[in-house]
Amino acid sequence: MKQLSIFIENKRGTLLTVLNALKGAGIQIIASTISDTQDFGIYRIICDDPERAFIVLKEQGITATLADVFAIQLEDKPGEAARVLAIFAEAGISIAYMYSFLLSGKGILVFRSTDTERTKQVIKEKSLQEFC
Amino acid sequence: MNYNPYLHPEYETLSREEIDKLQTKRLQETIKRCAKVPFYEKKFKEMGIKAEDIASPADIRKLPFTTKQDLRDTYPFGLAAVPLTDCVRLHSSSGTTGNPTVILHTKNDLDEWANQVARNLWMVGLRPDDVFQNSSGYGMFTGGLGFQYGAEKMGMLTVPAAAGNSLRQIKFIKDFGTTAIHAVPSYLTRLYEVMQEQGVDPRRDTKLRVFAIGAEPHSEEQRQRIEKMFGVKAYNSFGMSEMCGPGVGFECQEQNGLHFWEDYYIVEIVDPETLEPVPDGEIGELVLTTLKREAMPLIRYRTRDLTRVLGRTCPCGRNHVRLDRMKGRSDDMMVLRGVNIFPIQIEKILMTFPELASNYLITLTTDNDNDNMTVEVELAEMFTDDYARLQALTKDVTRALKDEILLTPIVKLVPKGTLPVSEGKAVRVVDKRKVYQ
Repeated sequence: MKQLSIFIENKRGTLLTVLNALKGAGIQIIASTISDTQDFGIYRIICDDPERAFIVLKEQGITATLADVFAIQLEDKPGEAARVLAIFAEAGISIAYMYSFLLSGKGILVFRSTDTERTKQVIKEKSLQEFC
Repeated sequence: MNYNPYLHPEYETLSREEIDKLQTKRLQETIKRCAKVPFYEKKFKEMGIKAEDIASPADIRKLPFTTKQDLRDTYPFGLAAVPLTDCVRLHSSSGTTGNPTVILHTKNDLDEWANQVARNLWMVGLRPDDVFQNSSGYGMFTGGLGFQYGAEKMGMLTVPAAAGNSLRQIKFIKDFGTTAIHAVPSYLTRLYEVMQEQGVDPRRDTKLRVFAIGAEPHSEEQRQRIEKMFGVKAYNSFGMSEMCGPGVGFECQEQNGLHFWEDYYIVEIVDPETLEPVPDGEIGELVLTTLKREAMPLIRYRTRDLTRVLGRTCPCGRNHVRLDRMKGRSDDMMVLRGVNIFPIQIEKILMTFPELASNYLITLTTDNDNDNMTVEVELAEMFTDDYARLQALTKDVTRALKDEILLTPIVKLVPKGTLPVSEGKAVRVVDKRKVYQ
């Protein structure tokens, strides 16, 4: 699935600039995450129309990219995330970053792994359900 | 022992009239020496200049200027006024912004250079029973050998400690009874920190009493802080390799401007735009003409340093012109911790990274008495969504810059379009250091 990754300067108002740009284009954010860092950060967004959002941001001169990430659908019950991660751990796959959100009663686990090909393979082998 | 307060009383205490007379004679000699250099010979011919045309130092305005570019264009030996067999040393710049510049010295040149440094050290009260530690880089950097020969000539016991290794410096200071140090001012504040860490009290545990500081711009405030830290008098030194190195100008014990030695140089302050002289007290570009140099005499050399004349008399009895500490540059050269850096050097490195855009901003700051450089550069594209890769890029850029400028800057990646773009020529350097305010 496509995720917007935006380069954010650690400065007051920069997040708002991004959000205003998306608001102006009528794009709905489904999930987003940013961690606190010293100089710069990466603002990661899952939205309803990533391709159009990317063009909107580009036009406004905002430094962003469209990144391929994995999104696995989980049951809305305890232990689901652990179950899925155990599968990847067993397969020797490391997670670069991860976040999760709930959508229509389903848990969605978004992550990027260090080995894309192997991750795809494992998802297929273990019949994990991808969210798209 | 009772010493004369002047090392060279016959020159140091000349009246203004005597200085004028001496300069006129020496300028005529310099023109004759320069006539052997094709570069100057051609210019003199075009302008119809002969040594006899010089009737007073003010006649120097009839002569052409010399620029750093001229030194580069004639690299390496094009400005030599004597055969190379008469030269015994050269000093060269790193040449990172084009051809390096080369300065040649005859035996007499080295001797006169040492005389200037010796005169300065004597002027601030150092005597042959002092112990002088030169905590300055040696090699091509003229602050090393320049002070070394001058301090030896004056008769002090010298400790050529060179730069860095603070623990060893402190050991030397204590064990050898060092009374005087030459260093860049930022290094002295560093040295003080290490002394504190080591429980060394400079007042109690050392015999330090004089510092010669120079090679990087510093404010009066910074000088006073250094003096208070150590309980040591700190004197401002001016030098540039094109003139020889350190020695050209130095503060006397009045600490009210640097005496520039007018038996060795003709000192002009000109408007950097019109190249016309500015009145005393007004800031302009320092222009120097060598009067004694044999190997490579330079006429009206544009130093690009900005300063002003404070006076032509002094309670110390020396009438050699007093100039204010350097106020900045009329070109874009930065001086940071004794290192000369041009923005183009930074630019050149940044441009080798395809991940970076062409807009950048260099900010110089003084933090805790240390001069720092921050380089902000725009990211061309969001080439990754991996934080680690962005950090790795920051590291790679930092390392590449360090290899070029020999200092470690703070590198900050910023989004495209966030750095100020000025009208016309982009502002690349913001100098927030106290020294220029």
